[in-house]
Amino acid sequence: MSQFFAMGGYALYVWSAYALAFVVVVWQLVAPWRCERRILRRIARAQQRRGRDESGTP
Amino acid sequence: MLTRLYALASPPRFYRLADLWSRWLLWCGIALLLPGLWFSLLDSPPDYQQGESVRIMYVHVPAAWLSMFGYVCMATMAGIGLIFRSKAASAVAHSCAPAGAAFTFLALVTGSLWGKPMWGTWWIWDARLTSELVLLFLYFGYLGLKAAIEDREAAARATAVLALVGVVNIPIIHYSVEWWNTLHQGPTVTKLDKPSIHLSMLLPLLLMSFSYMALFGAMVLRRARGEILLRERNSGWVRELAMGEKA
Repeated sequence: MSQFFAMGGYALYVWSAYALAFVVVVWQLVAPWRCERRILRRIARAQQRRGRDESGTP
Repeated sequence: MLTRLYALASPPRFYRLADLWSRWLLWCGIALLLPGLWFSLLDSPPDYQQGESVRIMYVHVPAAWLSMFGYVCMATMAGIGLIFRSKAASAVAHSCAPAGAAFTFLALVTGSLWGKPMWGTWWIWDARLTSELVLLFLYFGYLGLKAAIEDREAAARATAVLALVGVVNIPIIHYSVEWWNTLHQGPTVTKLDKPSIHLSMLLPLLLMSFSYMALFGAMVLRRARGEILLRERNSGWVRELAMGEKA
């Protein structure tokens, strides 16, 4: 097991490469979800503002 | 065929389908990733010269392929958007840029992490590495140009021209290892005769590549939904959707 983690002496390089790949892929999968949510909320807020402006109440 | 394509390009329909496809591709990507990781970390032999460090290949080479694949997708969709004035196509083109840039960055850094123990240097200004860095700057340029132009239609046109001009870099990256002398090794898989790589290493490489590709599709389609919403923010269906979300 410890042999597996040692990666024949290249542990630092191999595991940093895999860790970075993991982080980049997860980030690129999660960011678009959050982005879409944010845009929807922004459109909804703009809509409510417009609704208030049109009805004339502050 | 054309009418079906036009129907697909209708924003509300594309928005719905992109959700479905994005989920489907995400699960495909994960289903390929698990055996891919198993083979690349456990069930593949160490290289006779590079030892265990060869395992970096299974995250590095697919990332480099995807960096180019993503660019070609982006330029193609940008071109379609330019010619047919399709909002869905230019939304997809815009969505390719961040994911493509991320894979380019990943290819550069994992390459660096592989280069240090094998070549003795993190970086050299050779043709392969430099042209890949130029690719990253092309993605950045695309994203910067998109952010800098207020008018969405004008931004789509300008970025499409940039993307199409930048395509010349793709064959340069691919052939850089043949045209110039370099530390970087030549192609072993993507050449016309038989791949000069053993099946035990080719299998994890292909599994990881297809996994990256499916995940790239999931990223792009998910982001395209946001782009569609921005373009269609004043149309009825988006307003309804946004109010439903809020409630």
